[in-house]
Amino acid sequence: MSNLSLILVLLLVMALGYQFGLVRSRNVAKSQLNVPMHSRSHHYGMLVALWAALPAFIILLLWLLLAPTVINSMLLSAVPIDVTSLKADELRVMLQRISNLAGNFGVVADAEPWERAAAVHLRQLKANSTIVLSALMAVIVAIGMLVSLYSITPKLKARQQIERVVKVLLILCSAVAVLTTIGIVLSMVGETLKFFSYIPPTEFFFGTSWNPRFSTVGTQQQGSFGLLPLLAGTTLIAGIAMLVAIPLGLMVAVYLAEYASLRFRNIAKPLIEVLAGIPTIVYGFFALVSVGPFLRDLGAALGLNINATSALTAGVVMGIMIIPFISSLSDDILTQVPKAMRDGSLGLGATKSETILKVVLPAALPGIVGAVLLAASRAIGETMIVVLAAGNSPALTANPFEAVSTVTVTIVNQLTGDNDFSSPQSLVAFALGLTLFVITLLLNVMALVIVRKYREQYE
Amino acid sequence: MTNSAPIKISAKDVAVFYGNNQALHGISMDVYQNEVIAFIGPSGCGKSTFLRCMNRMNDTIEHCRVTGSILLDNQDIHQPELDVVQLRAQVGMVFQKPNPFPKSIYENIAYGPKLHGLAARKADLDDIVESSLRRAGLWNEVKDRLDQPGTGLSGGQQQRLCIARTIAVSPEVILMDEPCSALDPIATLIIEELIDELKQNFTIVMVTHNMQQAARISDRTAFFHLGNLIELGNTNDLFTNPKLKRTEDYITGRYG
Repeated sequence: MSNLSLILVLLLVMALGYQFGLVRSRNVAKSQLNVPMHSRSHHYGMLVALWAALPAFIILLLWLLLAPTVINSMLLSAVPIDVTSLKADELRVMLQRISNLAGNFGVVADAEPWERAAAVHLRQLKANSTIVLSALMAVIVAIGMLVSLYSITPKLKARQQIERVVKVLLILCSAVAVLTTIGIVLSMVGETLKFFSYIPPTEFFFGTSWNPRFSTVGTQQQGSFGLLPLLAGTTLIAGIAMLVAIPLGLMVAVYLAEYASLRFRNIAKPLIEVLAGIPTIVYGFFALVSVGPFLRDLGAALGLNINATSALTAGVVMGIMIIPFISSLSDDILTQVPKAMRDGSLGLGATKSETILKVVLPAALPGIVGAVLLAASRAIGETMIVVLAAGNSPALTANPFEAVSTVTVTIVNQLTGDNDFSSPQSLVAFALGLTLFVITLLLNVMALVIVRKYREQYE
Repeated sequence: MTNSAPIKISAKDVAVFYGNNQALHGISMDVYQNEVIAFIGPSGCGKSTFLRCMNRMNDTIEHCRVTGSILLDNQDIHQPELDVVQLRAQVGMVFQKPNPFPKSIYENIAYGPKLHGLAARKADLDDIVESSLRRAGLWNEVKDRLDQPGTGLSGGQQQRLCIARTIAVSPEVILMDEPCSALDPIATLIIEELIDELKQNFTIVMVTHNMQQAARISDRTAFFHLGNLIELGNTNDLFTNPKLKRTEDYITGRYG
């Protein structure tokens, strides 16, 4: 049986176990009328279901994890050549060939007789493995179900046992999130270290020129991998975006929270949030087709030389995109400032705008800073708008009217195309990614620290 | 309090509606200068609502409508020429829960004077802050930490800070909405003594749930019930010899 059908059977077993447990617990309750059951009958049902399916499921997982290694070593011991003389690569190729033959895929060149024999052997081993696994699981399911069915007594604390299972399940779920993060970081660190074996970190972090050239395996020409132009581009665009988004977003939030009628707010807020839901590639189009030419013409009218694809174009459009991040979060924060604060200020003869400027906004400041930093890390990590609208020209410049490139765009460039994956030209993407990750992480930590510090002061 | 003192606030037929609910039914009363007048009555009787009419704080509540006239120094506070900002500078308010701003103690006091341009120089502002804190009896406790947040003070100190903040804009009338209900007995006592001193310079209208408090510090007491003004009289008379049965029932604790 395939693994998928094994899992389906396990689900069926769970359903059956539940019914069995239910019936059994009712019978027990009927036969011992003087002793009240500890838990309700569906708890016993769930307990039996879990006992029947969980151990077998764990065995299945372990088997899937360990079986390939065991099968390979059994296969190698049966192969008529000296495997100890082979290098790791050759061994891998050999195993792959046999596995392809066993799966009836084609292989390069004619298969030798011993390879065919090994393939037959492998097929046999795999079939055996499945049979053994199915049998083992059947036995464990049977044992689990029977033992748990017969352990149903009025004293069995089924509810508490289920509670424990639920707790473990929740821990596992949160572990998935944490472990994924750790895994991503570790894989990036590994590739980054490989990259630094080609290019020294000082050259990467302090280099002022970005020109990775093509991957030319065998030659010593590697181009220059200076991070600074990209970082400057990222900072420039994100800075422009924040310059657009902070004032607009905050004023939107103040209007929604303080001035707008409830009806208007209920309509306008979701509409503004739509901005955040527009795919970023659409923003990219918009920047490239509408905003860029508009800014160029505007610049021409003012006597400025603005490129159609420039840091300004990308920054302005990105700023519009992150308005809802700032406005929605700030609006929530502003409405949470207690009415007593506003009353206190109004009661002293302050006007509404004075109250907002001098009392409400300062009181909401930590939350607003958090919202701004969140928007900033979003802006730094944004890719599609910049790919289309920033001009993709990694030059170290502070002029917002010129084309620039960013860290994210460069990662896209380095990983697309047919670069060799072990060349510095590709590996640099991981170093860039890790740098970006560290920057956004620092921003988030900073946001947390600021929010916490002010909260102590204000509450 | 003799009734020869000039009338500070004169309310005629004041009614308040929240949407379609009428919360106050035609209240008329005069408040004399430099008296302490206390409003008592069970919860929801309209005493706070009436208090908030006097500096038009009800304007900030949506769907709230006020009818009738309230005169402050013979000027209708609802007339279009009158600036509500100016009114609130004249008629200050202290709230039920201490609500210092999330700013330093100094900034809490300086807030109002800065808004109204009462101090031309920093030294003037310093003077206002010090004198306001002194009059609120808080100066000695906070003079060494004026730059620390007002929210770090104890509840009683916070409420005195709010009173000092109100004094700092030199109002003529101070409205107090259950100023001691969130405080412990000792802090309450300090505030009560403070109110007794403040009436030298201010007219004080206070709402209280605590009848002993009304009896201790007010010159006159008004009893509200279900949005009506039931009885208004000198505090001693009202507590010892109420004219109406309903007042007597309430102050003797038969309902409330």
